[in-house]
Amino acid sequence: MDPIFLVEAAINGILLGGVLALLALGLNLIFGVLDIVWIAYVDLVMLCMYAIYFFNVSFGWPIWAAGIVSLALGAFLGIAVHVLIISPILTSAPINQLLATGGLLFFLQSAATFLWTTDHKTVRLSLPSYEIAGIFLPATRIIPFAISILAVIALYVFLTRTYIGTAIRAVSQDREAMSLMGASPQRIYLVTSAVGGLMAGLAGALLIFQYSVHPFFGGQFGPLTFMICVLGGLGNMVGAFIASFIMSEIISIGGVVITTEMGYVIAFVIFIVMMFVRPGGILAKRE
Amino acid sequence: MLELGQVTAGYGHFTALWDVSLRVAEGEAVAVVGPNGAGKTTLLRVISGLIVPRSGHIAFEGAALAGHPAHDIVTHGIAHVPEGRRLFPGLTVADNLKMGAFVPSARARYRERLERVYTLFPVLAERQKQRAGSMSGGEQQMLAIGRALMSCPKIILLDEPSLGLAPVMVLRVFDLIRRVREEGYTILVVEQNVRQVLKLVDRAYLLEVGRIKMEGRAAELAEQDFVRKAYMGV
Amino acid sequence: MRRGRLLAWAVLLLFLVAPFVPMGGMQQYVLHVAIQIFIWSFIGQAWSLMGRFGLVSLGHGAFLGVGAYTTTLLWNFYSLTPWIGALLAVAAAVGIAVVLGIPCFRFRVIGHYFALVTLAVGEVIRLLIVAERDWTGGSLGASLKTAGTASGLWTLQFADKRVFYYASLVLFLAGLWVWDRVDRSMARPALEAIGEDETAAASVGIRVTRFKLGITVVSAALTALGGVLYAQYMSYVNPDTLSGIGVSLKIVFAVVLGGMYSLMGPLVGTALTTALAEALRIAFGLRFLGMADTIYGLLLIIFIIFLPAGIYGSLREAIRRRAAGSKPSPA
Repeated sequence: MDPIFLVEAAINGILLGGVLALLALGLNLIFGVLDIVWIAYVDLVMLCMYAIYFFNVSFGWPIWAAGIVSLALGAFLGIAVHVLIISPILTSAPINQLLATGGLLFFLQSAATFLWTTDHKTVRLSLPSYEIAGIFLPATRIIPFAISILAVIALYVFLTRTYIGTAIRAVSQDREAMSLMGASPQRIYLVTSAVGGLMAGLAGALLIFQYSVHPFFGGQFGPLTFMICVLGGLGNMVGAFIASFIMSEIISIGGVVITTEMGYVIAFVIFIVMMFVRPGGILAKRE
Repeated sequence: MLELGQVTAGYGHFTALWDVSLRVAEGEAVAVVGPNGAGKTTLLRVISGLIVPRSGHIAFEGAALAGHPAHDIVTHGIAHVPEGRRLFPGLTVADNLKMGAFVPSARARYRERLERVYTLFPVLAERQKQRAGSMSGGEQQMLAIGRALMSCPKIILLDEPSLGLAPVMVLRVFDLIRRVREEGYTILVVEQNVRQVLKLVDRAYLLEVGRIKMEGRAAELAEQDFVRKAYMGV
Repeated sequence: MRRGRLLAWAVLLLFLVAPFVPMGGMQQYVLHVAIQIFIWSFIGQAWSLMGRFGLVSLGHGAFLGVGAYTTTLLWNFYSLTPWIGALLAVAAAVGIAVVLGIPCFRFRVIGHYFALVTLAVGEVIRLLIVAERDWTGGSLGASLKTAGTASGLWTLQFADKRVFYYASLVLFLAGLWVWDRVDRSMARPALEAIGEDETAAASVGIRVTRFKLGITVVSAALTALGGVLYAQYMSYVNPDTLSGIGVSLKIVFAVVLGGMYSLMGPLVGTALTTALAEALRIAFGLRFLGMADTIYGLLLIIFIIFLPAGIYGSLREAIRRRAAGSKPSPA
C-alpha cells in the first residue's frame, strides 16, 4: 500500500482525536465531580446535532448561528438532566444511577426514532479541501480539530485559572472539605453539568461537519467515548485527552489498513489488553 | 459566643453524642479532650454542619444553627479544620488557600486575606506553587489552618491538629495555634494530646463515650489528675 | 405461606395445560407471546443474578449474541447439532466473562467503571458481528438453515410451536431453580457483603474475586443458553436484536420494572413489557416506530427514581408490611 495513505490516515486520526477528546473530557468532568457516568452523554450530542440540522436546513439559519443554538441547547440539557434525573438519585445506589442514565439513553434514542425516523440527516457544507504533498486535508476536518483544541485549552484555563473552575477541581478531590469552605455542592454540580452540556453542544456542532445525525448516533460514538474514558482512567482528564488520540489513531489507521469496522475491533482488543495491563488507565500508577 | 445545649447526634443507628452542652466565650481558647472514640470529632462535625443533630440546640452569636448545611454555617463565621486536614491534594498551596475564601464576604477581600496568612505563615508563601499533597505533615497542618483563616472566621474549630505528627512538629503546630490565638481568634480545639493542649487553652472539657464528664479551667486543673482521668477514664 | 405454595402450583398447572386449551385461531399467537415471555424472563433472571448484588452489566447483549450466533453459524456452516453448539456457545460466553472478569474484579473495577466496561463489550460484540458480514450476514442478520426432514430433537427445530413452548417453560423453570439455589447457598450472603463493602468483605476472608467471577460466569452461561433457544425458535439472528446497548437495556428495564431482588420479578416485568409492546403494535402498527421503546425509557427513569424495587418488589413489600401490621405480635 502506498505509504501516503498511511500518513493521511495518521493525520486524519489526529484530526478526529480532537473532537473525540471533547466528548471524553466532558464525560470525565461530570464524573470527576458527581461520581456519576452520564451514559446518555453522546445522545445529548445527538440532540444538539438535530438542533443544528433543523435550524440550518429547515429554518435557514446560517451555520454559525445554528452552532450557537447547539451550545445553548447543550448547556440547557446539561442543567435539565441534572435537575430532573441526577439530583433525585444522587444518594442512591450506583446501580440505580446507572439505570437512570441508561434509561435516558434508551428514551432519547427511541424518541428520536419516533420523532424524526431513522433517516440520516446531513448538513451540507461546501468547504474547500487542501492538498499538501499528495495528502488531502478537507476543511471539514481541519476546522473542527482547530476549534476542539481551542476548546480544550479554554477548558484548561477555566479549570486552573478561574475561581469557580478551581472550585470544581477541589470538589472532585474532596467534596466534603469544599462544603466546609462554604461551597454549596448543589451549585457546583449545576455549574459542572452546564459546562459538561456545553461541551456536548460544541462537540455536536463540530461533528455535524463530517457526520450525519440519526437516532443511533450515540451507538456510534458512545461506546468509543466510554472506551476512551476507561483507557485514560475514569475521571482522569489528561489521560482522557491522550487516550482520545490513541484510539482515534488506531481506528483511523486500522480503518485504512483493513476495514472501518475492523478498526473499531482492533481498538477494542487494545482496550482489553490495556485492562489487563493497566486497569486504572494508561496514566494510573502501578498498585 | 458559641453555645451547645443538650446536643444528641450520631451516625445511622449509632449515637455518638448524648446531651452534650458546652460554651465558648468570645476570645477564649477551649479544649475538648478525651480518649479515642469519645465522640470528639463528631462534636466538631455537628457544630460545622456536616452532621445534623438529633436533638438539642446550637447557637452562635445568638443565631440558631442546628440543622443548617455546612456551606451555610461557614458564612456565619465558623471555620472547621477537619481531622486529617482534608486538603485538596492536587491543588497548589495558593489554590488551597483561595478555596478557603470561597464565601462571598471573604472572596471579595481574598488577596488581602492571602497576604495576612502569608505574613503569619511565611513557609506557605515560600511554597505557594507546591502541590498540597506533596507537603510534609506539619506543613499540611499549617496550610489547613491558613485555609481556615481565609474565610474571615470568628471562631476556628480544630480537630486533632497533632494527629500523625512527629513530636517536634506537634510543638510547632501548637505554637502556630498560639500565634493564631494571639491574633484574636476564638478557638475550640479537640485533642488527644492533653498535656500540650492544656498549655494552650483557658478551659477544657472532658468528653467520654459521648458525654461531658468534666469541665474546668486549664490552670486550675491539676494536670496530673486530668491526664490520668482523660487516658484511663473516670 | 401455604396459600402462596398452592397458588404457585396452580399457576404451574395452568402453564402446563395451556397449549391444550382450545383458543381457536388465537393459539399460535398466544403461544408465540408466551414463548417470548418465558425466554426473556429467563434471560432477565440470568441478568438479575448479577444485578441484585450490585454488579451492573449493561452489556449482556454480548453473551446473548455470542450464544445465538455460535449455534446458528455452526449449524449453518458445519451442520453441527445445536446441542453441541450450545455447549460451545456457553463456553464462548463464559470465556468472555472470565477474560473480562478477572482484570475487572482483581483490580476493583466496580460500579460505574464496571458498567462502562460492560457497555463497551456489548457494543463491540455487535460491531464484530456486523464487521464479519461475510459469514455472519452483518446487519441483515442470518437465517437458521432449515433442517427440513431432520427437524426434531437433535436439530432443535420444531414445526409445532407447542414444543418450543414447553422447552422455554422448562428453561424458565430451570432459571428459577438456579436463582433459588444461589439464594440459599453460601454465595448469597458473601455476595451481598461484597456488594455492600468490598474491603470489609475481603478483610473477613471472603474471596471477593472468586465469588464475583463465579456469579458472572453463571449469569453469562445462562444468558447464552437463552440466546441459543431464542435463535432456534425464531430461526433468525440479527445483531441489533441480540447484541448491543438496545437489547442489554431492554433486559435490564424489564427486570427493574418487575423487581430485580425477587424471584418472580423478571417474569412480572417481562410480561408487562411484552404486553405493552404487543398492545402498542396492535394499536399503532408500524406507524409509531420507536414509541414503545420511548415509553420504556421514560418508565425506566421514573421507576428508578420513585420505585427502585420494581412493581412486584414494591407490592410484595407493601403486602408484607400490612401482614406484619395486622398480625398480633407474639407475646
